[in-house]
Amino acid sequence: MNIPQMQPLMPATHLASRLAETTAISVSACYQCKKCSAGCPLTFAMDLLPDQVIRLALLGQMERLLGSRTIWVCASCVTCTTRCPNGIDIAGVMDWLKEEALKQKAAVDQPEVATAHRFFLESIRKAGGRLSEMALMQRFLIYKLRRQPNLKELLDNAKLGLALFKRRRLRLGRPPVIKGKGEIQSIFQRAGV
Amino acid sequence: MEGTAADYAASIAGVSPLLDLELAELEDWSCCGASAAHSLSHRLSYELPARNLGLAKKAGLDVVVPCALCFNRLKAAEKEAEKETGQTPLDKKIWDLLDFLTQPSFLQTLAKKVRRPLKGLKAVGYYGCLASRPPAITDKLDYENPQNMEKLLTVLQAEPLDWSYKTDCCGAGLTLARPDLVDTLVRRLYDRALAAGAECFVVSCQMCQANLDMSQERISKQAGKKYYLPVFYFTELMGLAMGHTDTAKWLSRHLVDPRPLLQKRGLL
Ligand code: SF4
Ligand code: SF4
Repeated sequence: MNIPQMQPLMPATHLASRLAETTAISVSACYQCKKCSAGCPLTFAMDLLPDQVIRLALLGQMERLLGSRTIWVCASCVTCTTRCPNGIDIAGVMDWLKEEALKQKAAVDQPEVATAHRFFLESIRKAGGRLSEMALMQRFLIYKLRRQPNLKELLDNAKLGLALFKRRRLRLGRPPVIKGKGEIQSIFQRAGV
Repeated sequence: MEGTAADYAASIAGVSPLLDLELAELEDWSCCGASAAHSLSHRLSYELPARNLGLAKKAGLDVVVPCALCFNRLKAAEKEAEKETGQTPLDKKIWDLLDFLTQPSFLQTLAKKVRRPLKGLKAVGYYGCLASRPPAITDKLDYENPQNMEKLLTVLQAEPLDWSYKTDCCGAGLTLARPDLVDTLVRRLYDRALAAGAECFVVSCQMCQANLDMSQERISKQAGKKYYLPVFYFTELMGLAMGHTDTAKWLSRHLVDPRPLLQKRGLL
């Protein structure tokens, strides 16, 4: 009989303790009931289920987690956190891992998602506090087309833009500059973003 | 509000005076950073909304927030400040607009002002995620099965239908980067709404509205069948029922034109 070789993982506690320190989330409370994964609407696009993320965090598998698809396709709907019987903020763990992946310059599995978030924030910073939807959409479209030219997508986007424009749902100019522009800049600086 | 949700903004401004309510825009507000901020920087995701919290304190009024995400982030900043300082940063309440406008007093006024009962309009209420979740932040009690929208629709004499997807996610945070994932989530909502017998959605969040409304044509093409499910803001239906003269104008801005449905039901 062929018994498959199990690959033992060497548990390490550094990840769990850093998480507990920075976010007060205790992954060690998890008893693997998998309720988080049962209610998660994005599991179809994930490489690790939410309960596996928590388990791997407990086991200190930093690299595996930072390189995972799951942390980026998580839609932050917070169903998991809401339902966890042990009060674990699973969605908060996902956010922490995303921030950590960027800090550690890990290979990001979903660069589009990370870039979209970054452009969103840069758009607010540049415009001085409010978002310019139009500028954001344009900038992201250019980024996407550079990575992978796709005529159909370009046309679809143009069509949607035109439809919105016709219905006066696109503001073409810049958003108004607010008085607290300076405050916004220092908030961004303090956060190091 | 100033851009893709111009229809929502106009309907809020149109409906409030009919309910003897005066809303003032929070002066000098800034963007809360939404999902982008909490995904990339925990600190930013508190400091951006905390600025708005400070402005609200100066204004000294209750804060009524029409966007689920802004509401969520503002509440999160409030909780964080409470944790840090041990005091509430705001002595007034932070409301999401739907909760605010469905307080008993407003519903009573509304009931008296219904001129055109929305008889025969079969609708599912779609609340989305972040106005409800997580309850530790939103302070909601009925976060798994909220009822406000249904109560409101009953007052407007429409037919609210029960379904299990009212707080499911539409994937708003991924709209830009992974529209394909959003399409999967949204198509699920269309199918479940149809299975419940609905002919339209009623929403209280501009991200939900955008995702359900703007992608309908694209999803129809992919699915090889024509979905027709208009997506109303609850404030638009209030306006319609109270006979606000601008209602048709607000509705003309939707991508899925609700007017044929309303005409069919004799409501327009
Ligand atoms: S719901 Fe909570 S306890 Fe259950 S598996 Fe998920 S994280 Fe663990
Ligand atoms: S927050 Fe993310 S992991 Fe949790 S249920 Fe929603 S999509 Fe799934």
